[in-house]
Amino acid sequence: MTAIPFATAPSLRSNRRWALIAAYACLGIFVIFFLFPPYYMLVTSLKTNAEIAELASNPWIVTDGVTFGHYEHLLTESSFPRFFLNTTIVTVIVVAITMVISVLAAYSLARLRFWGSGVLATGVFLTYLVPDTLLFIPLFKIVGWLGLLDTYWSLILVYPTLTVPFCTWIMIGYFGSIPRELDEAALIDGANHLQMLLKVFIPVALPGLIAATIFAFTVSWANFLYPLAYIYSESEMVLTVGTVTTLIKGDVFHWGGLMAGALLAAAPPVILYAFLMDYYIAGLTSGATKG
Amino acid sequence: MADVTLQNLIKTFDTVEAVRGIDLRIPNNEFVVLVGPSGCGKSTVLRMVAGLEEVTSGDIRIGDTRVNDVPPKDRNIAMVFQNYALYPHMTVAQNMSFGLRLRKVAKSEIRDKVQRAADILGIAELLDRRPRELSGGQRQRVAMGRAIVRDPEVFLFDEPLSNLDAKLRGQMRIEIQRLHQQLRTTTIYVTHDQVEAMTLADRVVVMNAGRIEQAGIPDEVYHRPRTRFVAGFMGSPAMNFLDCQLTEENGRTVARLAAGPALPLPAEQAARVRSYTGRKLVAGLRPENIREAASHDGTNSSGVPHDISIDIVEPLGRETIVYFRLGDATLCARVGTEVHPRAGEQTSLVFHPDRLHLIDPETDLVL
Ligand SMILES: Nc1ncnc2c1ncn2[C@@H]1O[C@H](COP(=O)(O)OP(=O)(O)OP(=O)(O)O)[C@@H](O)[C@H]1O
Ligand SMILES: [Mg+2]
Repeated sequence: MTAIPFATAPSLRSNRRWALIAAYACLGIFVIFFLFPPYYMLVTSLKTNAEIAELASNPWIVTDGVTFGHYEHLLTESSFPRFFLNTTIVTVIVVAITMVISVLAAYSLARLRFWGSGVLATGVFLTYLVPDTLLFIPLFKIVGWLGLLDTYWSLILVYPTLTVPFCTWIMIGYFGSIPRELDEAALIDGANHLQMLLKVFIPVALPGLIAATIFAFTVSWANFLYPLAYIYSESEMVLTVGTVTTLIKGDVFHWGGLMAGALLAAAPPVILYAFLMDYYIAGLTSGATKG
Repeated sequence: MADVTLQNLIKTFDTVEAVRGIDLRIPNNEFVVLVGPSGCGKSTVLRMVAGLEEVTSGDIRIGDTRVNDVPPKDRNIAMVFQNYALYPHMTVAQNMSFGLRLRKVAKSEIRDKVQRAADILGIAELLDRRPRELSGGQRQRVAMGRAIVRDPEVFLFDEPLSNLDAKLRGQMRIEIQRLHQQLRTTTIYVTHDQVEAMTLADRVVVMNAGRIEQAGIPDEVYHRPRTRFVAGFMGSPAMNFLDCQLTEENGRTVARLAAGPALPLPAEQAARVRSYTGRKLVAGLRPENIREAASHDGTNSSGVPHDISIDIVEPLGRETIVYFRLGDATLCARVGTEVHPRAGEQTSLVFHPDRLHLIDPETDLVL
């Protein structure tokens, strides 16, 4: 009996080594594959227009000297700062609206057993399955009727239709996994529903809350279809559509500016992910019960 | 401090009748243990007292107040859950003080109460830890601390020790006992562990299928069970049951066990059961009342020896459990460690009739 661990130990160890090698190989390919576009963007954004246009030059490295001209132009002479501000306003408000609605909805769907709550929970998820390419035409009617066309308030109204169902669904899952005894303990301790939500549910389900926030942020930061359909004035535009419409003049592509704009636009989500990832992964629920 | 009264308490979940009419008066300071097999409705009773489950019919009174419609927080109770239900994101001190903070108790008073409870439970040095950094036993203490700081009129425990290993369970049992001696708070304690029931309880309430089978001090429930269920449930290994016939022999009332010895009944019991003479009854005899032939304490004088063949032997150190067959029943005996029975061996065991329980098979009541 005691011989078995000795016999298996070396093979286990080499097994583990091969697993690691395979894992790193796969990850390596994955990283190269996905970091290549940003790298290409960075390189292009640092080239002069002449070098970009020169077909014979090496596209992977900067040969004619690094220039920050595209960034300068973007930040000082274009509407890019305006787009950035608009996007930030839209995103912050949408994330706030989304989290308030979906946390309250998820709490009631997960815990207040009322007539039809099960059906409603499924219904919420089904609405998420309707693609926005189908929704934007009827929503156009509504937005127009409300007089919000050509303002970013249309986006603030419309984005929650994308974010709320999914975030609610995530939060229902997290709230549902909180053991019922925790509510009961809080109930006996004297918490009302609001205190239960604020002091027990939200802190315990923080990883879920962060996941939902990241989702809502990403959707409202990067959506392309709705601003394209609803917004026409440069002063109301957001990053995605604004960058493209102002930097592509007919069939003239300002590649350097486009790439610089895309990189700057991608920075906030990257920074947000980097900060929230640790919280997101940390399992805060352990230790609630016997565990 | 208050007494708790349950009057004809009934709880029905959709189609399941979980609790079918409980009448129980728990005087102030009493430690009552509800025991019974899984699904008999113990937790449901406790949760109704806590206010976590609505009452279908009947009344619950705490002190002089009918609390059926009082929300849990206003019932002045505290509950300790089987899986502790600590708030994972709060430190031990925060866990214990949560209820007081919600009630807007002054900060200095909270600190004093938490400190005092932590001292009582020996967790003062853990106050800044979070639940996930604690062992099971420590978590259990914190859960009890959370109950203590509230200074409730009633403590409710739902199988608080069942997630602990045997040794820790023994320690915590003693601590709960000490705690009750110190605080004297009226306590309802649910368990299916009869050792806990016997050791902790001022009064044991044995439940079965949503009803109370018997309520009494531990000794009474153990030695004078009212029904066959209680007789079989209390005690480990469980009581032996076998068919017997009551006969009159040489002027004495005798219980003739199926395929076993004939046990003359003590005079007092004989007088009680004389009217059943000639009837088929069920005899209940605890394993400790079937002993080895030569016992050092001389209690064998009144016993009836019988030859049996040993089936299985379980040496437990302090005693040895012997299983043997009698007719088609398997019986169990506890013998001392001076004898060394072996499986398959023929030996003589002594049956002691002085603690024989006779049960009417039609009513399942102990006569
Ligand atoms: N919420 C509920 N819905 C439906 N039936 C329930 C519910 N809670 C309990 N029951 C049923 O009521 C009966 C009593 O349950 P209860 O939890 O009180 O048993 P218990 O004595 O505490 O058992 P255990 O020792 O296993 O904890 C069981 O048959 C159970 O299935
Ligand atoms: Mg239970």
